Amino acid sequence: MIQNIVRWLTDPEHWSGSEGIPARLGEHLWYSGLALAIAAVLAIPAGLAIGHTGRGRFLVVNLAGAARAIPSLGLLYLMVLWLFPKLSGDVAFLVPSLIVLVVLAIPPIMAGAYAGVEGVDPAARDAAKGMGMTGSQVLGRVEVPNALPLIFSGFRSAALQVIGTTTIAAVAGTGGLGRFLIDGQKIREFPQMVAGALLVAVLALLVDLLLAVAQRYAVSPGLTGRSRGRSNTPKVVEIGALRRTVDPQAS
Amino acid sequence: MKLSKITLSIATVAALMGAAACGNSGNDPLSTSSSSSSGGSSSGGLTVGSADFPESALLAEIYAGALEAKGVKVAKKLNIGAREAYIPALKDGSIDLIPEYTGVLTQYFNKSAKATDSDGVYAELKAALPATLTVLDKSAAEDKDALVMKKSKADELGVKSIADLASKSKNLTAGGPPEWKTRLTGLPGFKKIYGVEFKTFRALDAGGPLTVQALKNGQIDAGDLFTTDPNIPANGFVALEDPKSMFAAQNVVPLITKSKSNPTIEGALNAVSAKLDTATLTALLTQVVVDKKDASVVAKDFLSKSGLA
Amino acid sequence: MTWFLDHLGDVQDRTLQHVYLAGLPLLLGLLLALPLGWLARRYKALYAPFTAGFGLLYTIPSLALFVLLPAIIHRQILDPVNVLVAMTLYTVALLVRTVADGLGAVPEHVQQAATAMGYTRVKRFFAVELPLAVPVISAGLRVAAVSNVSIVSVAAIIGIPQLGLFFTDGFNRDFYDPIVVGIVACIVLALLFDVVIIGVTRVLTPWIRATGGRA
Repeated sequence: MIQNIVRWLTDPEHWSGSEGIPARLGEHLWYSGLALAIAAVLAIPAGLAIGHTGRGRFLVVNLAGAARAIPSLGLLYLMVLWLFPKLSGDVAFLVPSLIVLVVLAIPPIMAGAYAGVEGVDPAARDAAKGMGMTGSQVLGRVEVPNALPLIFSGFRSAALQVIGTTTIAAVAGTGGLGRFLIDGQKIREFPQMVAGALLVAVLALLVDLLLAVAQRYAVSPGLTGRSRGRSNTPKVVEIGALRRTVDPQAS
Repeated sequence: MKLSKITLSIATVAALMGAAACGNSGNDPLSTSSSSSSGGSSSGGLTVGSADFPESALLAEIYAGALEAKGVKVAKKLNIGAREAYIPALKDGSIDLIPEYTGVLTQYFNKSAKATDSDGVYAELKAALPATLTVLDKSAAEDKDALVMKKSKADELGVKSIADLASKSKNLTAGGPPEWKTRLTGLPGFKKIYGVEFKTFRALDAGGPLTVQALKNGQIDAGDLFTTDPNIPANGFVALEDPKSMFAAQNVVPLITKSKSNPTIEGALNAVSAKLDTATLTALLTQVVVDKKDASVVAKDFLSKSGLA
Repeated sequence: MTWFLDHLGDVQDRTLQHVYLAGLPLLLGLLLALPLGWLARRYKALYAPFTAGFGLLYTIPSLALFVLLPAIIHRQILDPVNVLVAMTLYTVALLVRTVADGLGAVPEHVQQAATAMGYTRVKRFFAVELPLAVPVISAGLRVAAVSNVSIVSVAAIIGIPQLGLFFTDGFNRDFYDPIVVGIVACIVLALLFDVVIIGVTRVLTPWIRATGGRA
C-alpha cells in the first residue's frame, strides 16, 4: 500500500501537464487564496467595526454561527444548480465553489477581528483617548495592532478550513487537489486518493507555517509575551475550529 | 528538535489510528445497530443497492418493491457511487443486489470483451462474472452511454456520428464522469476505436446536471449522457451515432450475489425484467427527473400497474 | 414547502441518522480528548506534539477519510462505523488543544488552595480542574458540533444515509427542494446541538450564574 502511494507520488507522469500535481496544486492555491482574500476584505473591516463600536455584535455573532452551520456540500450543489446556467466559460465552474469557500471563511475571520478589538485592554484604549487620539486613530494605532494576534488566529483557522474544503469543489467540476480524491474514488485507485489527501494536508501545514512566520513579523513584540493569560478565555476558543493562540513556545 | 517534534506528532496520529483500528475490528456492537435501514443482509433478507444516478435508484426501488411483494425482506442502500465503488460493496456483502447494464458490466470484468450485440454481450457477461456473482434475465430496456452534442453544434460541424468527429475533435472539449479518463468506454475508447482525441476533457458527472448544463452553456462541446435521459430531447441535444458499437449493448439486468439468490427472488426479478423496455424506462425516468416525483413512488406505481405488486 | 411536508418521514429518518453520525462521535471524541488533553497539560513536553499532531488530523480531507477508512480499519465500505470513526478523529483533532488549554486556565492559586485543603491529585482533577475547565471545553465542543454536522453530510458521496443524501438527490435531478430542506435541517440540527451543549454547560457550572461571572 505505502509502496503504491510512493510510486504514485514519484511517477514523473503525475508531475507534468495540466493534470499533474504542480498544476493541481496551483489551482488549489488559486481557489483557496482568492476565497480567503475575498472573505478577509469583507470580514475584517466588519469585525473591526463591531469590536470598535460594540454595535451589532449580537446580530453578527448569531449570523456567523448560522453561517458556520451551513453544510458546504449542500450549499455547493445549490450554488451550482442556481448559478451554472447564469454564467459562462470557466467562471461558471469557479464561482459556485468560491461562494461556498467565502461563506466558510467569513465567520472565523470576523470573529477573530471583533474578539481581538474587544479584548484590547480598556486602559490602553483610554490612554490613547486621553492622548487626544480620534476614534479612527484609536482603532488604527492601538486596537488593530493589539488585535493582530487574534486576527491572525482567525485567519489561520479559516485558511485551514478553506484549504481542506476546496477539495469538495472538485465535485462541481473544478480542478484543484480535490480532483485526485474524486477521480481516485470513482475508479477506486487508493494510492491516488491517499496522495491527494497527503498533498492537501501538507499544503495546509505549509500555509499555516507561512502565516505563523508572517504573524511573528507583523505582531508587535511587546504583545507576544503577554497574550497568554488572555488566550485561554472561552471567547477566544470560539473563534474557530483550529484556533491558534499565540503559542508561548514559539515566541 | 523540530524533527523530533514532527516525529512525535506523526507517532501520535499513528497511535490514534491504531487505537481506532483495534477498537473497531472486533465485535463492535455499533456495527449492527448503526443503520436503521440495514440489517437485512444477514437474516435471510436482501440488501438492494444502487449507483449514484436517478435511473439506478429507480430500478433499485422497482426491484425492492417486486421482491417485497413476494414476501422477501428487503433493505435499501441507494446512491452508493460508481461501479468501482459498488462492485466491491457487493463482494464484501454490504449489498446483495444492484441494477446493472450488460455492456459496461462486461467491460468491468473483462477488458477485452468483444461482443456488441445484446445476446452476445449477455453471454460474455455470464462468462466474465466472478464465481460469487450472477446476473438474472436481461430486460429489453436499454440505456447506453452516448456522446451527446447540441444539435446546432453538430449541424454546424456536419457531425452525425462519433466517427465524423475524428477530423474535428482536436478543437473540441469533451465532458463526462471522472472515470471516463481511464475507461475503455471513455476517452481511451474514443481514441482507439474512432481515432477521436479531444482538445481537453472536463471531469464532470455521470450523465448528471453538470454535464447537461455544461453542454447547454457551451463549456463543453460533447458530453456523456444516457440515452434514456429526458434532458436530451428537452434541450435540443442529439446523441451521436456509434457505428462501431463502442458503447456495447446495455440491457438492464439484475446483478446478484449467488449465495443470496433463490427461486422466489429470481422469479420476482425476472418478471420485472420481462415488463421493462426502453420506452417504459424512459417514461418512468421522466417522472422522476422532470416531474420530480420520488423514485419509490414511481416504482410502486409501475409495479401495481404491471401487476407485479 | 409541499415537498417538505410530503417527505416528513424521510426528513425525520435522515435527521436521526445525522444526529447519530454527528452526535455520538462528539461524545466519543470528548472522552478521548479528556485524557489526551490532560496528558498534554500535565507533561509539558507533550503539549506541542499533542496539540499539533492531533490538529494535523483535521487537515485530512473528509472525503478521503470516508473512502479510505474501510481499508484501514477493515470494515465493509458502506458501514456507518467508518463515518463514526472519521468524525471521532475530527472531534479529537479539535478538542485536544481545547481541553489542554481549558485545564491550563485554572489559576495557580485555586490549585494551591485545593491542594492545601487536602485534595489528592485525582480528586483535585475531578472536583476542581475539570469543572473549572468546563466553559472552555464546552466552547470547543460547540465548534466541533457545528463542524461535525457539516462534515457528516459529505458522506452522501459514499452513499451513507443521512441528511446529505438530500443534496445528492436534489443535485442529480436539478431540483432545489431537497437541497434546501437538507441545508435547513442541518442548520437546525447544529443549533439544537448548540443549545444542548449550552444547557449542559449551565448545569455543570452553577457558580457562573451565582457569581454573575463571565463565560
